[in-house]
Amino acid sequence: MGRTLLDKIWEEHVVHQPVGAPALLYIDLHLVHEVTSPQAFDGLRAAGRRVRRPDLTVATVDHNVPTADRHLPIADQVAAQQIAALRRNCREFGITLFDIDSAYQGIVHVIGPELGLTQPGMTIVCGDSHTSTHGAFGALAFGIGTSEVEHVLATQCLPQRKPRTMAVRVHGELPPGVAAKDLALGIIRAIGTDGATGHVIEYMGPAVRALSMEGRMTLCNMSIEAGARAGMISPDEKTFAYLRGRPFAPQGAAWEAAVRRWSELASDDKASFDRVVDIEARTLAPFVTWGTSPGQVVAVTERVPDPAQAPTETERRAAERALAYMGLAPGMPIEEIPVDRVFIGSCTNARLEDLRAAAAVVRGYRVHPRVRAMVVPGSQQVKRAAEAEQLDQVFRRAGFEWRDPGCSMCLGMNADTLQPGERCASTSNRNFEGRQGRGGRTHLVSPMMAAAAAIAGHFIDVRQWKFK
Amino acid sequence: MQPFRVHTGLVAPLYRPNIDTDQIVPKQFLKRIERTGFGQFLFYDWRYLPDGRPDPSFVLNMPRYRGASVLVAGRNFGCGSSREHAPWALADYGFRAVIAPSFADIFANNAIKNGLLPVVLDEEIVQLIATRAEQSAYTLTIDLEQGEVRDPNASLARFQIDPFARHCLLNGLDEIALTLQHETLIAAYEERRRRRDL
Ligand code: SF4
Repeated sequence: MGRTLLDKIWEEHVVHQPVGAPALLYIDLHLVHEVTSPQAFDGLRAAGRRVRRPDLTVATVDHNVPTADRHLPIADQVAAQQIAALRRNCREFGITLFDIDSAYQGIVHVIGPELGLTQPGMTIVCGDSHTSTHGAFGALAFGIGTSEVEHVLATQCLPQRKPRTMAVRVHGELPPGVAAKDLALGIIRAIGTDGATGHVIEYMGPAVRALSMEGRMTLCNMSIEAGARAGMISPDEKTFAYLRGRPFAPQGAAWEAAVRRWSELASDDKASFDRVVDIEARTLAPFVTWGTSPGQVVAVTERVPDPAQAPTETERRAAERALAYMGLAPGMPIEEIPVDRVFIGSCTNARLEDLRAAAAVVRGYRVHPRVRAMVVPGSQQVKRAAEAEQLDQVFRRAGFEWRDPGCSMCLGMNADTLQPGERCASTSNRNFEGRQGRGGRTHLVSPMMAAAAAIAGHFIDVRQWKFK
Repeated sequence: MQPFRVHTGLVAPLYRPNIDTDQIVPKQFLKRIERTGFGQFLFYDWRYLPDGRPDPSFVLNMPRYRGASVLVAGRNFGCGSSREHAPWALADYGFRAVIAPSFADIFANNAIKNGLLPVVLDEEIVQLIATRAEQSAYTLTIDLEQGEVRDPNASLARFQIDPFARHCLLNGLDEIALTLQHETLIAAYEERRRRRDL
């Protein structure tokens, strides 16, 4: 019997397997941010416990940091308190913190990989559902709640049942203008927002192999939107090339040994999965969500669907509710939907490659006069690298705002929010009601599609774009 | 954690699919550093009109559902973020159980850790419960010991839950203390790994 990537990582990390109870799984890397950790540290203190492995724990501030005027004190008192609490907790328990003024600060799922903290074969957790991003490196990475954050802080372990496995095989080649984001949305469209509940998805096939590490991160990032516990891709030469020389990656002889170990991780040919889903890459197009769930998605060339066509009564009601919230009518062509705001950012799509793709569309154009557009790089390192290529100039000249790194309008915990009724083309991962601000209307798209919408003032098929 | 054995309570129906954690507790309330007091923010954007007055058409604002402790919802309840604030808010508001055809994994984990029982039942039964609760005051008994949901007249359905989670819930166990009992095994594991990586 062949073993899957998940089997291999799992077996390597079982500390103890009691009969009839979940396995006790060892955690190699625990990432921490300001929003889901304060109550966990309080719990430790209340029980007189310490952090077992501060050396395997790394913290940053991202969810509610401001993305402008960073030299000023944080105006939002409650956010300031939460950030202050993380500082105190990291100091007290000896945890490395990449604070707001650090050159390594950024969205937790952007900095883990770029610092080389994220490595193949690891178990990685964070009090954040998009921890699945790190699976792009062939790690088992999943989001946990605050009680589990406390559990890992205290024990460096988590009791876990082994999830089921789902192979998503993507055949062929992604057509031009179709990004990793579209692949992610296409998979969710095919299997549903709860299609992978209880499963870990392993993405495979030529179209997945052809993705850059950035693209693989985008894909794994959105596994959670299909209900998956985690998403993963077995490591290959691209993975190793990305990690080589990163600050926290192994060096010298340790690097060679690590690459040898990592090369063994791929699922065996004979490995079997609980479910297999096949996707033909050539059937994919640039996608735009029209509703308030990531599964409510169509190609940019299609129309807003008619709820009357929904397969069940419950879905019909959900679709009607979504359309009312989104202010859309059935049958409206997606390309005729005007946008007010454009957000290029988030742990899904705010890496250098994403900014390059968006900048290529923007170059030589101006943002539509009605649209307010912003770019929020995923990390300080992404921001500096983009500036070194003068991408900031491309965006600024076109009329985009160029911000400091953080989650920003992905969830609107800081000042970056939509006003009621505003419509946004967003490269983030969730179009839930109110996600980007109460009454705000979010359409999920790729960075290229967001950039094109900013210029045109409405959605437009980027496959037809005239690059300057 | 708070133990859960048998609970009888009024049912509030919110039968929509994909109720996400952003709806359960909107993000503007995640900045608190306490674990308590989140009940006032539960379903905030649905519960309150933009001017801050309660929306009379929202189920929890209807007088007949005052004191409800069992929520019945559509499939994929709790999808979205890992925020444990969601079960904190539900529990703080007074809910002891949520019945739905399916739950998002992280939410279900978080709920159990807070003594809030996620009960998975077949779609038809969930729909039946929702309809009855919409029509008149409807009370259910959720019996974790027997793995059974009953109404005043009859047994409605049986439900399954992970046996370890059930054990922890019935006894209100501190899972961290359980793991710490394996300290020697954890230390031995770390030692093996350290040798390998030398
Ligand atoms: S960018 Fe958005 S999805 Fe990613 S960690 Fe931040 S809030 Fe979560």
